[in-house]
Amino acid sequence: MHNKSIMALGAGLRAGDFSSVELTRAFLDRIAQYDGELNCFITLDPERALTSAAAADRLIRSGKAGPLAGIPIAHKDIFCTDGVKTSCGSRMLDNFIAPYDATVVSRLSEAGTVMLGKTNMDEFAMGSSNETSYYGVVRNPWDSSLVPGGSSGGSAASVAARLCVAATGTDTGGSIRQPAALCGITGLKPTYGRVSRYGMIAFASSLDQGGALTRSAEDAAVMLQAMAGFDHRDSTSAQEPVPDYSENLNAPLTGLKIGLPKEYFNEGLDGEVARSVELAVDEYRRLGAEAMEISLPNSELSVATYYVVAPAECSSNLSRFDGVRFGYRCQEPKDLEDLYKRSRSEGFGAEVKRRILIGTYALSAGYYDAYYLKAQQIRHLISDDFRRAFDKVDVIMGPTSPTTAFAIGEKADDPVTMYLSDIYTIAANLAGLPGISIPVRPVAGKPVGLQIIGNYFQEAKLLNVAHRLQQESDWHRALPTGY
Amino acid sequence: MQWETVIGLEIHAQLATRSKIFSGAATAFGAAPNTQACAVDLGLPGVLPVLNREAVVMAVRFSAAIGADLERRSVFARKNYFYPDLPKGYQISQFELPIVGRGRVEILLDDGTARTIGVTRAHLEEDAGKSLHEDFHGLTGIDLNRAGTPLLEIVSEPDMRSAREAVAYARKIHQIVRYLGICDGNMQEGSFRADANVSVRPFGAELGTRAELKNINSFRFLERAINFEVERQIDLLESGGTVVQETRLYDPDRDETRSMRSKEEANDYRYFPDPDLLPVELDDEFVAAAIADMPELPDVRRVRFCEEYALGQTDAVQLTANRELADYYEATVRAGGDARLAANWVTGELAGALNREGMEIGQSPVSAMMLGGLLQRISDNTISGKIAKQVFDAMWGGGGSADEIIQSQGLKQITDSGALEEIVNAVVDENRSQVDAYRQADEKKQAKMLGFFVGRVMQASKGKANPKQVNELLRRKLAP
Amino acid sequence: MSLKRSDVENIAHLARLAVNTSELDSVAGDLSTILHLVEQMNAVDTTGVIPMAHPLHMAQRLRPDVVNETDEREHFQSIAPATEMGLYLVPRVVE
Repeated sequence: MHNKSIMALGAGLRAGDFSSVELTRAFLDRIAQYDGELNCFITLDPERALTSAAAADRLIRSGKAGPLAGIPIAHKDIFCTDGVKTSCGSRMLDNFIAPYDATVVSRLSEAGTVMLGKTNMDEFAMGSSNETSYYGVVRNPWDSSLVPGGSSGGSAASVAARLCVAATGTDTGGSIRQPAALCGITGLKPTYGRVSRYGMIAFASSLDQGGALTRSAEDAAVMLQAMAGFDHRDSTSAQEPVPDYSENLNAPLTGLKIGLPKEYFNEGLDGEVARSVELAVDEYRRLGAEAMEISLPNSELSVATYYVVAPAECSSNLSRFDGVRFGYRCQEPKDLEDLYKRSRSEGFGAEVKRRILIGTYALSAGYYDAYYLKAQQIRHLISDDFRRAFDKVDVIMGPTSPTTAFAIGEKADDPVTMYLSDIYTIAANLAGLPGISIPVRPVAGKPVGLQIIGNYFQEAKLLNVAHRLQQESDWHRALPTGY
Repeated sequence: MQWETVIGLEIHAQLATRSKIFSGAATAFGAAPNTQACAVDLGLPGVLPVLNREAVVMAVRFSAAIGADLERRSVFARKNYFYPDLPKGYQISQFELPIVGRGRVEILLDDGTARTIGVTRAHLEEDAGKSLHEDFHGLTGIDLNRAGTPLLEIVSEPDMRSAREAVAYARKIHQIVRYLGICDGNMQEGSFRADANVSVRPFGAELGTRAELKNINSFRFLERAINFEVERQIDLLESGGTVVQETRLYDPDRDETRSMRSKEEANDYRYFPDPDLLPVELDDEFVAAAIADMPELPDVRRVRFCEEYALGQTDAVQLTANRELADYYEATVRAGGDARLAANWVTGELAGALNREGMEIGQSPVSAMMLGGLLQRISDNTISGKIAKQVFDAMWGGGGSADEIIQSQGLKQITDSGALEEIVNAVVDENRSQVDAYRQADEKKQAKMLGFFVGRVMQASKGKANPKQVNELLRRKLAP
Repeated sequence: MSLKRSDVENIAHLARLAVNTSELDSVAGDLSTILHLVEQMNAVDTTGVIPMAHPLHMAQRLRPDVVNETDEREHFQSIAPATEMGLYLVPRVVE
């Protein structure tokens, strides 16, 4: 039951082959069995899950259920869930029971999904390995000595191990696509503004975008259908109409123009990972697509640019965590300064503090122009590179991550090396473009992700391209041994 | 040494919207603490701001009122600093691209001269909450009801040269925002606050170092705070000291300014464009709609009053001081007919009564219709001016309309010549010796002596006799 | 750009983060390494390039001036560290 698509499970539910309560129990059992090792979940709420499963069963029986009714999913612990702890992977919010639902959460709940729990993540989504979580590292189901990637590491690992059918995630610099790649699943980051950010705890507001981690592109289409759309509570949410994402999944790819940025196949890329990507591109050629080399000349500056823009925004976004209205407060502050400094220093972990300091510096008097303004200018150049590329091609393909999953602890002490693991994913965030990572040929038993970047609001095209490959291959169906 | 004072003002006007600038919480004053602070105002994790249309409309109206360059594209920025009444750790404000650009207002000084004061800019921002220092075992209590209330910060050029000019400018801005209906102007409740940047310099020299004066909640205190600060700076400079650039708090009880424990020791606000908000872009249609029903502004109205109602400058200034009063005056003219008479009554009897009771024009128990009704009875000689004051007092006390009071108290002027003649005859008969004296006096003396007889007649008629007719009758009867 | 201990102290204070004296050097080192990475940006001449603050070229949407929030003080203050009489409490603020 746990290795079925949303569509198959939905059909089973509607046919009465099994109930949502049964399905939910099955996943809760799997979590009980495997999560001690994997550590995907920060918070589980079986009682609540079973209550909503029972409600979903009633909805299904009434015949009014949509495709997601009764489907057990997990939310990244960055999304506020009313009455449920929302920690953002941080000690700062270890005691934070969110008093409201994020728009993504309420939309998925209206669609009838069952929330199993909240997934582990890098603290405040700052990390690429899930090692910065206050709640400990998540282990990669393919090899428990490896990281699952990050920051949506818990969501990725839980979908990979089939501890839930699908999970939500957020992507600021690759945080959906990179863990999806490292865990061998499908991860979709929509166009900036496609999915509401309301109730999604902000890391870098101009880059953050919510999305889905799923077994397949077909499942991602169903998830996105429920999540996407204008939200009057988010000024940056797009008013663009939401198409039917499942409608054209099978459209032929004849004549599809694929751009392969030469900068994405540079010396930093693992040779075998490159080979996997090339094999996938070959498959697309067989499906009638045409691949050509393109150039994104400024993409090599994306990491540098990102590490100004994201920390600058985060330094300001995280100022509200001050020990006054919610969250962690230090013991017996002796004065106001002490309250601020100790609450924040004790509540935040090392990587979060590092980024706050960098961002504070980049915005401070005398450095604003050299860092922040410069980064915003280069951001424009990077965005223009894509604009020009999309004049020539329909989609851009390349590796999601330069390597397969690395060992836990391997890069933890070296922030810059860690930052470079997002080298191929960051540019899409800077430009606001949608991207998807899908599993392709693994290397030495470790998953490899193919990244497909589309033009603004072309999620349907991305899903179509991804789905066609998944029709022709089995990589996305592979389960890690033991699960 | 001759010193010149240089003053610039930063005025914070709370905009009279129903809901906050970035949330749907109410802005009403005086609610129980934190009952009007929603998730957005509290800066809870994950919340986002959405801009209130009305706040933008109000800024556009202000821009038009001061002839400013309206910026069709403006940007919200974050001003970052930590303070307990600032929930997010940053204030959403406008920095590089404010909505209102350069404008100007004209102030009238007491000696009748006019001066133009430049407005550098005005921008939209959110207000902070309030810290309450009493009674929490040495802790401070934070009320965030005010957090997120829309403010228009109006920054002047350093164009003012005295405390009186600064007050005249502040009053002018106050008058404009109240005319526009974009701010209630209540300084006690903090809806209209002024910070003053004050410096002194030898005449003709470069600008001196300025101090910023805060915590000023009345025009009177504004004048006093500036005067105190100017003297302090001059004393300091003349005794060989230097002025430090700092924020100083005005203490009205001691009538002095004192240095604030440097709140912004490392004054580095790290402004950057707020990524949660997009640029505000105003098209022609929006602007046209915003200013479609602009009220007549005070300066224009003042000039019109002088022309249309043949008023003097002093009356026109007083009657256009605020929109409600000017509206009241015009309604009185419409109801009463005589513009001059209406001006006298509104600036005299009515203003006096309001002042005595500490009331605003809107609270007057005598409406413009009622006052107009009274003035009509003066004009048509139903009552004398003196009786009219009596009727006004009765109206003020809730006695009904002028006609009702005149009727019920029998105050109608005696104009019937037969009745008047009877009273006059009686007075003449009762005062024979004075009549003789009058008849022997020369013309000049007679004029003075006539008053005595008029007084007696008025007394006898309980004030109801028509004074003009009485005069004529008496002259006739007293003639030798 | 290499950060000095005093730079770290200054930005830590702006950010209201406590950095122990013993950690100052290592934090300065970490931050300097990141700044070194960031300074790759200097390789590009950006004269005349318009800074891009948002990925999408949209204008701010305006909401109607309507009160649609109700009093949720009790709910919100149930997660607060310290409140009394409806107020959030902090150590004394000196003005």
